[in-house]
Amino acid sequence: MTLWLIVRRSLRQHLLSSLVTAVLIALAGGLLMSVWAVRRQAHATFTGQSGGWDAVLGARGAKLQLVLNAIFHLEASPGNLPYDDYLAMASNRAVAVAIPLAVGDNYLGYRLVGTLTNYFSTEYRKGAAFRVEPGGRLFEDGYREAVLGSFAARRLGLKVGDRFKPYHGLNFDPKAQHEDEYTVVGILEPSNTPADRVVWIPLAGLQNMSGHDPGAAADVSAVLVRLRTPIAGQQLDMLYNRQGNRLTFAWPIAKQMADLFDKFGWFDSVLTLVAWLVALVATGAVMASIYNSMSSRRRDLAILRALGARRRTVFAAIVLEAATIAAGGMILAYVIYLAILAGASAVIRAQTGVVLDPFQPDAVLLWAPLAMIALGAFAGIVPAIKAYRTDVATGLTPES
Amino acid sequence: MALLEITDLCKAFTAPDGSRHEVVRIPRFTLAERTQIALSGTSGTGKTTFLHLIAGILTPDSGTITLDGQPMSALSEAARDRLRATEIGYIFQTFNLLQGFTVLENVLLGMSFGPGADRSRAVALLERVGLSQRLHHFPRQLSTGQQQRVAVARALAHRPKLVLADEPTGNLDTANAREALALIREGCAENDAALLLVSHDPGVLSRFENQLSLAELNQASAPGGVR
Repeated sequence: MTLWLIVRRSLRQHLLSSLVTAVLIALAGGLLMSVWAVRRQAHATFTGQSGGWDAVLGARGAKLQLVLNAIFHLEASPGNLPYDDYLAMASNRAVAVAIPLAVGDNYLGYRLVGTLTNYFSTEYRKGAAFRVEPGGRLFEDGYREAVLGSFAARRLGLKVGDRFKPYHGLNFDPKAQHEDEYTVVGILEPSNTPADRVVWIPLAGLQNMSGHDPGAAADVSAVLVRLRTPIAGQQLDMLYNRQGNRLTFAWPIAKQMADLFDKFGWFDSVLTLVAWLVALVATGAVMASIYNSMSSRRRDLAILRALGARRRTVFAAIVLEAATIAAGGMILAYVIYLAILAGASAVIRAQTGVVLDPFQPDAVLLWAPLAMIALGAFAGIVPAIKAYRTDVATGLTPES
Repeated sequence: MALLEITDLCKAFTAPDGSRHEVVRIPRFTLAERTQIALSGTSGTGKTTFLHLIAGILTPDSGTITLDGQPMSALSEAARDRLRATEIGYIFQTFNLLQGFTVLENVLLGMSFGPGADRSRAVALLERVGLSQRLHHFPRQLSTGQQQRVAVARALAHRPKLVLADEPTGNLDTANAREALALIREGCAENDAALLLVSHDPGVLSRFENQLSLAELNQASAPGGVR
């Protein structure tokens, strides 16, 4: 009670420096929690984001590129494969579902993906299949119709009944517009998957788009595969990757993404190190702030000691004050954390369609504040030692 | 029975040039319970050092100080802190109020390290010294006379057996000095506390029946010497 009164009054007496220091702690703590949470959530989300598929079949190339292209709708396709390869995969008894994809065009930077309508009836998460918003429907094969992912529709400002002409290539080039005009017939409900960023059209539509090579009209860019049993993945891996040399079978999908994160592990470590360094600098600021005020506190400490306060009491008061500054800072750190995560989430969603949840519980939200408060208290030890050593008789002497 | 008993008390300080300067040498001094004594002492007679020694803020080089039957030299620093927090009230010339704390909090702190904060007693004491309307003011918002009254209330808050007053009227004008002195004496009497007051002001000293000259009491070679 007395300790807390001393701490509160001291904080009020040194309000400006305490506030500045608390803000530093808040920035450091917010950054630390954000780096940790974004890293963990991104890893969990990307490695867990398979769209409900077990594997991807594509032209010979890197598995990661194949996964990024077919699942995350990022990167260019490593090449095309004949439609017959899709038919072969679809008729394989080990395969439950196989859906072909064709890419190569965009509308104002949003990727057009040609596919079959049964893509939308395949669950992208257990118990969750794509649904069209009321007032819309799925496209019909053979028609120039499009169904838009929710994010793409919002960003493009398109609604059911609108018409648009796609552009050639995966990147927007105003000079490369196709003559074909598509009509929006449906908008998908948000799925928080990369599919939200896609403009979906019939497979044949993309294959036969004006200006495309008629010789490749029957080709597809990739085939999404759902297996009947996990063991089937090994058989197909053997078939396509080891015995064949024409196609690539990317399986399992999560492993490809985990490998990607592993490749950037060093970057991850650097970010974490920077966050910890910022935390240490902020902790140093707590120490400097209190330490620099010790000469102005000398008299107060001497008075407290003259009133009977023990050395350990004034020591504890300084440590508690430092910890309180850190605790105050960490309350503000939650706001900064939410702001950073909301920003990062918006960017990641815009770039990949994957959604991070700033409110998702994370252990870092518990241990980081505790660690920062402990560091803050630790930072208070040096000035607390000075307080402990305060000479009462000297401190009571008025300074001239 | 003597509340305070001092025998062969010596205290010397080391000067910056390394030489030792004896500041206090008092062969014998006693103070009975509920007694009020004024020690006359001009600047440099070692009066602050003497009071600091009694309060346990300084430790003597030799000699004994026994307060309420407890030999202070046998006590640890923490025990001396505890003794100061429970048995001794200290009134300073410069008041030594904590500027960041309200009037009420200053008085509550006077009890906190001893018997524990008692808000009703703190309020009653502040009413007694005429500051009931100033409980939540800060010391800087008070006049010097009012600040010294807060210091008096704080010194009496934990029901000490001994109040030490070091030039308590030194910073006050005549009217405030008279009022403060009366409060100190009445407060000590009402709370059954003995009072040891040092002052160089003849106007203050003349109000005490029991007076001693610190210059005569202190046989140090260089009283008050080194700070």
